[in-house]
Amino acid sequence: MTRIEFWQGNIACAEGALAAGCTFFGGYPITPSTEVAEHMAAKLPKRGGAFIQMEDEIAGIASIIGASWTGARAMTATSGPGFSLMMENIGFAIMTETPCVVVNVQRGGPSTGQPTMSAQGDMLQVRFGSHGDIAIIALCPATVQEMFELTVKAFNLADKYRVPVFLMADETIGHMREKIIVPDTVERVERKPFVAGTPAFRVTDPDNIPGFPAFGTGQHVHVTGLTHDERGYPCATNPNLHMALVKRLVDKIENARDEMADYDVINPDAGQVFVAYGAPVRTVMQVMHDKKDTNIGFLRIRTVWPFPEKALAEFKNAKRFIIPEMNLGQISREIERHVCVPVRSIPKLGGELHTPEELVAVLEEKA
Amino acid sequence: MSYDDWFRKDRLPHIFCAGCGNGTIINCTLAAIDQMNWKKEETIFVSGIGCSSRAPGYILTDSLHTTHGRAIAFATGVKMAKPDFNVVVFTGDGDMAAIGGNHFIHACRRNIDMTVVCMNNQIYGMTGGQGSPTTPKGCLSSTTPYGCAETPFDLCELATAAGANFVARWTSYHVKELEKSVKAGLETPGFSFIEVLTQCPTAFGRRNKFRQVIDHVEFLKSHSLLKAKRDRLVEKHEHVPEDMFVVGELTRRNRPALGVKP
Amino acid sequence: MRNEIRFSGFGGQGIILSAVILGRAAVMYDNKFAVQTQVYGPEARGGASMSQVVIDDDQILYPKVAVPDIYVIMSQEGFEKYGASAQVSAVMLIDSTLVHSRPKCRCIEIPATGQAKASLKVIVANIVMLGALVAATHVVSEESLKKAILDSVPKGTEDLNLKAMQLGLELGKQS
Repeated sequence: MTRIEFWQGNIACAEGALAAGCTFFGGYPITPSTEVAEHMAAKLPKRGGAFIQMEDEIAGIASIIGASWTGARAMTATSGPGFSLMMENIGFAIMTETPCVVVNVQRGGPSTGQPTMSAQGDMLQVRFGSHGDIAIIALCPATVQEMFELTVKAFNLADKYRVPVFLMADETIGHMREKIIVPDTVERVERKPFVAGTPAFRVTDPDNIPGFPAFGTGQHVHVTGLTHDERGYPCATNPNLHMALVKRLVDKIENARDEMADYDVINPDAGQVFVAYGAPVRTVMQVMHDKKDTNIGFLRIRTVWPFPEKALAEFKNAKRFIIPEMNLGQISREIERHVCVPVRSIPKLGGELHTPEELVAVLEEKA
Repeated sequence: MSYDDWFRKDRLPHIFCAGCGNGTIINCTLAAIDQMNWKKEETIFVSGIGCSSRAPGYILTDSLHTTHGRAIAFATGVKMAKPDFNVVVFTGDGDMAAIGGNHFIHACRRNIDMTVVCMNNQIYGMTGGQGSPTTPKGCLSSTTPYGCAETPFDLCELATAAGANFVARWTSYHVKELEKSVKAGLETPGFSFIEVLTQCPTAFGRRNKFRQVIDHVEFLKSHSLLKAKRDRLVEKHEHVPEDMFVVGELTRRNRPALGVKP
Repeated sequence: MRNEIRFSGFGGQGIILSAVILGRAAVMYDNKFAVQTQVYGPEARGGASMSQVVIDDDQILYPKVAVPDIYVIMSQEGFEKYGASAQVSAVMLIDSTLVHSRPKCRCIEIPATGQAKASLKVIVANIVMLGALVAATHVVSEESLKKAILDSVPKGTEDLNLKAMQLGLELGKQS
């Protein structure tokens, strides 16, 4: 069974979290993500969950990591300035393999920038912002429907891979209201069960993911952000151990790149190929609809990190990739790494979505 | 059971220096916990960064050794997600009062049900002796080479003003009193804060004329002013010595608390 | 068929709510697609507020309003900021109690605030405008508008709001 709603993107995100079984939200209000927190504040207590408004975003992500170790599905939501504050504890979640979901409804930066305007300026920060070598998962919704669905997916990926998963939304999608078809139930992927009595971080499977020994289950697990051995004990000066640990934490995500790739390929034989994620997807779709030209291709990406590079190879006749982004070309640079044909970035700052005319003008420019 | 049963024996020996007071404080805390008859499965230790914050690593329960200053914020998540758990935070003066000061006062304000034991050695011990927000005026550290010019925090007054239900201060000399106060803190619903002044021979004593551990412990003892005595002095309008610090149970009240076990 | 509707007025008139109700009527009860967006800047508080709705029989791809074909303007400042540039082919419903300028396009004058004040309550002037909008343009059906209003207004104010809608429908039909 499903039902139709006319929801704001941020509300769809919160409802997706609730549908996914999120029982803990800790965060700090910030435009343009605040509606997520407000909706969780209204709904969670009535469902036996907990909402807490923390003193800042550092505390917000700290609280969800703490909650996650009790076995709860936990989430926070923020935007640029708050996201910057979260960087250190994001690394802690990566190092300690703590599943959690962080929503970033992106606004114009740097600094306080444009609080009420849209942007995609944090796409590299999410990938590389926390110190050390890391790998994370980032999803980008382009519809209110995807705000719901990708939030559910974020929880499943977080629990499966034991990593923070980021819903990298933007103000455009977060704040607009549109039609959404809400399912009664959603798929749920559980954390890998823990074999009682074994070392807390021992990995036995080729997927590099250890079982999850939730607090309170008698495993006496020690969780530390220090480099640790498979027992979870600090061991911060052993070069080989550190190399092996960080490599495993990166490999468990990078090796699953193809498995978690989520994208659509439209007109794979085309010569000119748009690549987009988040709000600019909508403009590209409008151009595709208006032009009805099979020589215009479109790669629509939902899993931006790890970047689904194999998808680019599906456009065998591509002469040029065109990338509209609400930043100065952050993902264009990633695409340049993977293709041998020209990459045309269409950067846009200021807070407004690309118009169809702007994309058409690039399509028609002389090569 | 005794406090000894709470140790994670395969992690010993510990990293604390000879003469360090942290072991005393851990023992007193575990002795108090042991008297509570808490189950290990329901007891979570949380800490930040610093010597004090290594304590949970030596205790055989689930434990979360987090980022610098943030222990109380992580602990808040644990407690709010699972109020059935008993949550104890080990922290230090640098961890809790400098980088983590905001989390500390907000946890006091929320009066969230947890017990925070702050090992206050008045210095950053682990990283070689830099000044902290509780380094006394005039004391030497590697970042106050001409004597600390800033006024230190009174952590207990801070906790009381911010709303904690239980606040006490002792020193590493007062083991019996400390154990009792920790137990009282564990028993009090809401936020309980126990500050323990302690010696750090390696980073503090060496620079501040306490080369011998016993000299520093003797100083802590002789400069402790029992709260009851202080109150009598105040009542009689008599002089309260400036170079002494008040020890004892300083605040106990029953304000509404957050996250109390149902 | 794609309609792009722009609402503008001053903060407190219920401009945003009007747009949400219209979008809701289209999506929930007319089986159409709609996207509602709004200006979030702090200048919206007390100043001119603005919200837009795209209504389409098919899925809406580009979600923003490029050139509105329908305007609902409820303040002079809103007219100057968001209505004055209307293209000639557009249609504009104006709250004639509050707006003294007139556009170059077809203009439907609805004395919403004056009539609401006289016979109902001034707070429902936005619903009067919604009724008039539907009567004049049929962007959603009357029945759907009624349902969406009932979904959206505070409990205890249903009758008042339905009366306001009815008043608006009549004013809209007369024009």
